[in-house]
Amino acid sequence: MIPSPGLSLEHYWQTLPPDWPGGFWWHWLVFTVIIIAFILMLVMGYIWIERRGMGRMQARLGPNRAGPFGLLQPVADAVKVLTKEDLVPANADKIVHWLAPVVAFAPALMIFAVVPFQDGALLADLNIGILYVVAISSVSTVGIFMAGWGSNNKYSLLGAMRNVAAVVSYEIPLILAIIGVVLIAGSLSLNDIVLAQNIPFILLQPLGFLLFFIAGCAEINRSPFDLMEADSELVAGFHIEYSGMKFALFYLVEYAEALAISAIITTLFLGGWRGPVLPPWLWFLLKVILVFFVMVWTRTTFPRVRIDQLMALAWKFLLPLALINLIITAIQVLAWSEALLWVMIPVNIAIMVILVLLWSKLSKLGWGRVEV
Amino acid sequence: MALKTEPFVLNIGPVHPSTHGVFRMRATLDGEVIIDMEPVFGYLHRGIEKLAEERTYTGVIPLTDRLDYLASMSNNLAYVLAVEKLAGIPVPERAEYLRVILAELQRIASHLIAVGAFLNDCGAFFTPFLYMFREREKIVDLFEMVSGQRLLYNYMRIGGFTQDIPDEFLPALDKFVRQMPGFIDEYDRLLAENEILLARAKGVGILPKELAINICASGPVLRGSGVNWDIRKVDPYSIYDRFEFDIPTGSAGDCYDRYRVRVQEMRQSLRIIEQAMKQLPSGAVRSEVPHLIHPPTGEAYAHIEAPKGELGFYLVSDNSIAPYRCHIRAPSLMNLTALREMMLGWKIQDAIIIFGSIDITMGEVDR
Repeated sequence: MIPSPGLSLEHYWQTLPPDWPGGFWWHWLVFTVIIIAFILMLVMGYIWIERRGMGRMQARLGPNRAGPFGLLQPVADAVKVLTKEDLVPANADKIVHWLAPVVAFAPALMIFAVVPFQDGALLADLNIGILYVVAISSVSTVGIFMAGWGSNNKYSLLGAMRNVAAVVSYEIPLILAIIGVVLIAGSLSLNDIVLAQNIPFILLQPLGFLLFFIAGCAEINRSPFDLMEADSELVAGFHIEYSGMKFALFYLVEYAEALAISAIITTLFLGGWRGPVLPPWLWFLLKVILVFFVMVWTRTTFPRVRIDQLMALAWKFLLPLALINLIITAIQVLAWSEALLWVMIPVNIAIMVILVLLWSKLSKLGWGRVEV
Repeated sequence: MALKTEPFVLNIGPVHPSTHGVFRMRATLDGEVIIDMEPVFGYLHRGIEKLAEERTYTGVIPLTDRLDYLASMSNNLAYVLAVEKLAGIPVPERAEYLRVILAELQRIASHLIAVGAFLNDCGAFFTPFLYMFREREKIVDLFEMVSGQRLLYNYMRIGGFTQDIPDEFLPALDKFVRQMPGFIDEYDRLLAENEILLARAKGVGILPKELAINICASGPVLRGSGVNWDIRKVDPYSIYDRFEFDIPTGSAGDCYDRYRVRVQEMRQSLRIIEQAMKQLPSGAVRSEVPHLIHPPTGEAYAHIEAPKGELGFYLVSDNSIAPYRCHIRAPSLMNLTALREMMLGWKIQDAIIIFGSIDITMGEVDR
């Protein structure tokens, strides 16, 4: 971890769990290894879940040749991709083209520095954890835009442009949805947010959860907002000119970001590692996979929205709802008491349903044809 | 200060997953908006019309398979109807009924691909496509039973068929006809009223009624624009006048209407098949036809309502064993002619679904 200005190393010492031997650097080493292993293993798991799950939903088998139930398919894919030729287009900006996958991949790894796998089990319990997540996650966009620009391909550029437009728009409702959670928890640290969730915040913040899920899906280019890759339009979008390991890195980014968003959703709304009977890390894993499964489900079901509809959804639908959600949450936090808790849950769910229905009647998606 | 912008040219195709073959759209874009579009075709030209002049009348049938390769039976039917008209060859009753059954099955199979590919172009990641392929598989199995082939059937002959249907065909067909309405309901439940699909397809790519008539559009593209025109009704060929069915039409002429028309046509086709199965007589499936046909000098034009529109064969005979001239009126090509007008002002994503909603097969566009 790079010590941020204003925070001394002493701060890290204090945030360590007391039973950790060796102090900060051992802690750092162990957790870096755990995080990288966790991400790589779970990304493979995600690829398998997505392909098998989609296979089931699409009335086909999915990969079933490599290993039992096709479990080794991601390994086979990885080996294949490593042995492929690495092509760089003749007119590409070579340096940018080379750097783009790295720039895109690093933030996806770094997000996990602040995600608690169980109580206190995280690389750095930053007191501004969620702010860090928001800041880091938008860096991936730079990598994606570099890929689109550096490839010198019109399809790539269109995909990258769409991605930048989408991320700039969807950051706002995403952050506003987070603020609702932060207001209730009273802390920006992810570990504290989990500790504050005596009941999962999805019950107290149903609208916030919905907004975060939609904006999160748009942020990481998951369907129905996968306009940046849009296989039926832009063929593959920003990574059309990539092959070999560089392509594999983008493939990894896609799933690592999905993993990151599902981990953040789990932490913010689903009570993180908390749960009865099973060990905390297993609860965390189960919830993360559950969130991802919902993403796979939407991917197999919904058609893709158009770019102007994507923008309209962010600005006309998500943003006003996020602001209203924020105001309602602020009022509820002011009037907080344990007795009111069980009243708030149905009230909040009713508010969500009414608002979503109202807005879907009021706002029109997109503006259709342009006179030329 | 306004940024200086300029339009740029994007080649969509000829190798692109959504051009359904080797079609190329040379689109001029202003950002995402299409401000000019020039369709380029000819990548799949095989000279089928010329090849037909050097083959016997029967020998042309395999060539017709390769026109619209998703609807080979319909192509066969249109061609043999033209030759029968030219040479005045009668067709046995049983063969007429079987032709209707097979042509309607083919219509369902072709519409399944059309609708599936359209939804896939909309971005529904292969789910409707694969669901529809599941049912198309059953139709292809039925065709395999009768003809031994799964794509290019080459089953119809001048004056009837190569051979009668096998015993297991009718029970299998009966089972399919009973199951299929449930499957169509399933597709509708999946996406027909989906909010995103409505936002994407409603009002997009409108083909006005007048323009549709002026460009000689036919099939679901014409009917989607609200014109009640179906060759099966207005100029009944074979024995279509004996069956009861409706012609579904759209109203707005947008992508969504074309999609709905196709889905409803599948239901009507099932109705026709049901009636034909009930009335199916026994007897011969082929009339006495000489091995080499020498039609009298003259010309004939026969057209059918193929899945994609009016498919016509214009044959000229000089009393030899091969057609002197064979011209094919291909619905896919005619329906494409208004593509530019439909696309202008829409975005790339719309262009893809407008193109998908027309439903073309390149084998038929470039003959």
